[in-house]
Amino acid sequence: MEKSINVTLKVWRQAGPKVKGEFETYKLDNVSIDNSFLEMLDILNEKLIHDRKEPIAFDHDCREGICGMCSLYINGHPHGLDAETTTCQLHMRRFHNGETITVEPWRSAAFPVIKDLMVDRGAYDKIIQAGGYVSVNTGGIPDGNAIPISKIDADEAMDAASCIGCGACAAACKNGSAMLFVAAKVSQLALLPQGKVERTARAKAMVAKMDELGFGNCTNTGACEAECPKAISISHIARLNREYISAKFKD
Amino acid sequence: MANNEQSTKVDATKIDAKTPAGPLAEKWSNYKATQKLVNPANKRRLDIIVVGTGLAGASAAASLAELGFNVLNFCIQDSPRRAHSIAAQGGINAAKNYQNDGDSVYRLFYDTIKGGDYRAREANVYRLAEVSNSIIDQCVAQGVPFAREYGGLLDNRSFGGAQVSRTFYAKGQTGQQLLLGAYSALSRQIGKGSVKLYSRYEMLDVVVIDGRARGIIARNLVSGKIERFFAHAVVVGSGGYGNTFFLSTNAMGSNGSAAVQMYKKGAYFANPAYAQIHPTCIPVHGETQSKLTLMSESLRNDGRIWVPKKKEDAEAIRAGKKKATDLKEHERDYYLERLYPAFGNLVPRDVASRAAKERCDAGFGVGNTGLAVYLDFSTSIDRLGESTIRERYGNLFQMYDKIVDENPYKTPMMIYPAIHYTMGGIWVDYELQTSVKGLFCIGEANFSDHGANRLGASALMQGLADGYFVLPYTIQNYLADQIQTPRMSTDLPEFEAAEKAIHTKIEKIMKIQGDKSVDSIHRELGLIMWDFVGMGRNKAGLETALEKIKAVRHEFWTKVYVPGLNNDLNVELEKALRVADFIEIGELMARDALMREESCGGHFREEYQTPDGEALRNDEEFSFASCWKFAGEGKEPELLKEALDYEFIHRQQRNYKA
Repeated sequence: MEKSINVTLKVWRQAGPKVKGEFETYKLDNVSIDNSFLEMLDILNEKLIHDRKEPIAFDHDCREGICGMCSLYINGHPHGLDAETTTCQLHMRRFHNGETITVEPWRSAAFPVIKDLMVDRGAYDKIIQAGGYVSVNTGGIPDGNAIPISKIDADEAMDAASCIGCGACAAACKNGSAMLFVAAKVSQLALLPQGKVERTARAKAMVAKMDELGFGNCTNTGACEAECPKAISISHIARLNREYISAKFKD
Repeated sequence: MANNEQSTKVDATKIDAKTPAGPLAEKWSNYKATQKLVNPANKRRLDIIVVGTGLAGASAAASLAELGFNVLNFCIQDSPRRAHSIAAQGGINAAKNYQNDGDSVYRLFYDTIKGGDYRAREANVYRLAEVSNSIIDQCVAQGVPFAREYGGLLDNRSFGGAQVSRTFYAKGQTGQQLLLGAYSALSRQIGKGSVKLYSRYEMLDVVVIDGRARGIIARNLVSGKIERFFAHAVVVGSGGYGNTFFLSTNAMGSNGSAAVQMYKKGAYFANPAYAQIHPTCIPVHGETQSKLTLMSESLRNDGRIWVPKKKEDAEAIRAGKKKATDLKEHERDYYLERLYPAFGNLVPRDVASRAAKERCDAGFGVGNTGLAVYLDFSTSIDRLGESTIRERYGNLFQMYDKIVDENPYKTPMMIYPAIHYTMGGIWVDYELQTSVKGLFCIGEANFSDHGANRLGASALMQGLADGYFVLPYTIQNYLADQIQTPRMSTDLPEFEAAEKAIHTKIEKIMKIQGDKSVDSIHRELGLIMWDFVGMGRNKAGLETALEKIKAVRHEFWTKVYVPGLNNDLNVELEKALRVADFIEIGELMARDALMREESCGGHFREEYQTPDGEALRNDEEFSFASCWKFAGEGKEPELLKEALDYEFIHRQQRNYKA
């Protein structure tokens, strides 16, 4: 296998939220296939800087697939084609020599573009602020083992809690729905005794906030699950629906 | 109380750590019983700035807001949930003794002090161990899905440096779950309006008025606008400065700039030389690498570390002519087992790291760069079967496969040490207050608790201890005297001057228009740090480093090129400001390492080792925390010393051979 490849990049450039964006084409030769996708963008940026041009703005931080800061639509898929992979964990060996790669920001009404490939995902924080927590203050807490929790529930809650809040689910959804994100948090806390106390209020508040922020409705296409870099199951959406309906019945 | 038999002969400057009197186990209770508090009506009138939203920052911001203070919380990322605490894998220690294996607050305290090679403050570490249990309770109450046994109780695992199982975990994502717990508590307060969140904001200076921290200057990273914020007290939890080395396991945005700003406003920078190098990271693949990825320390339980015995074999492997699996058993050098028969592959992090470097420097390294050693699971797979290994390390093996494109079940992993954590940081007293009144520092950003070396699963413990259970108490002892202080205008001359200085600095950087990218200069600095201020340090090397860093500073201020505008989103400018500060920190690290003529924990001076090549401490002369005081631009900082008198435990030399 070749150790380096030449690629053509079609990258979305947009100077600001209110400015019209467009694709720019860049050629990049001799990219080591051991580079991650973001390292490839680093190389492109170094080249742009060398040519006295403005580098491409994109979000990234931990580069270990856990912080959820990186995003990008790569060849039409959030975080690229690989399953269970964030953009920062995607490597250039997954691309062919001579390939043209299209790179876009998240395309979702609730995630407006800030600049180039950077988008504003503040809406996800606002949904959590509406109820994605257990209302406990610091201190005065009973012993951690005071309430036993079945391993099965704890493990399932953990699977839901693996969500990194990257926004791929809403970006992948043709309706721009944030249901998988909301469901992951509602499900995690509904499975644990500590979260059960507020389960009805939480489901209602988070869904209401999601609607208010301009996310679309869920039509069960399953695109979110397919594109989720942490493989969060849509069965959590089913649990959210149950939580939500039973909350509404209580009204 | 026993008289201190091991007091140091250090000629310590009068640095008052404000350690409460009394027996070790009663200090914290006594402190809390006698400290000043702020009543609820007054809390509402007091503003607190918290910089950072990691474990320390988020837990502090949430807890302070719950108490009724008015909190302003800043982070450079798009969301508080991105802070790099999220990447911690292994777990969090607590002295619960759920396993009935003999754990106690004292034992956790003792292990932490010993692990830190007797360079931490006893009273702080004891308090850390004391509050550790409450952290677990708090996290469980927030809905953190810790691993559980089938009976429904919390599970534990063991970690390096301890003889008990006291580590609580949530798969290999403990940091993520604890941070999301703190983030949820913080989000609740943001929703209530008691915390005002400023995301994509970067602190650029602390404002000091009449000797007290009264606010910060921050840059809105989206608009580029420089803004002023007042508060009655400023708390900084901005993380460590490991990225001084360019390549580290830290996140790309992790930086030491807030620390440098505090330092230049009068806060001492303590023990900058203490940096932890983690032995099991995925090696550097080439010159365009941007960061390093850690593989959990737990892998050393079942993996055997080796390099080829013959240089020819190592050369053939580097050239791609041979593979690891081509080498027969007798052609392999299991150097840790050879050098440290008693501990073998499980020697502490610093020892394992140095041994790997020594072998690679001697020409036995593998991988295309020659800077890697093998971590081989074949013996364990033969003994336990592949399924057992998969169960234990499946997620790590998958991560390795993704990054390196090699199947570690079939061919040995390659690993190499990398900078991982910085024990040094801003000096704080027992109350977590810096040498500037009203300026507090928490989490990895401060220097406390870990001494010269941090044990695994203790970083999460310290971050949350500071934020949930220490600072919310101690800060009130300060704020109780501030209730008469009205909110100040940000038009005051001190704010004006601080903002002006930032504008001047930014304009200066933007005007250079040289031909070097920010990253290229950062890489140069990183290489100097790695070569001369890394795992093995010596006088000549450190002096060379100081000269070379000077040259890098000159290069930065004459040749850096920052494109774009200062009043716009400008990532290169953000990086340039951080690199300017990394250069300052790099110099301080080299200076501190040169001054400390002993080896301890993560600081290894080649001149000071036992005949067996182990770290040789000098308690007589160096049992102190070095506190560097800024003396002005271009001037040598002044060294102050906080003597570390061991009142309660006896210091010993570490030994891992027999």
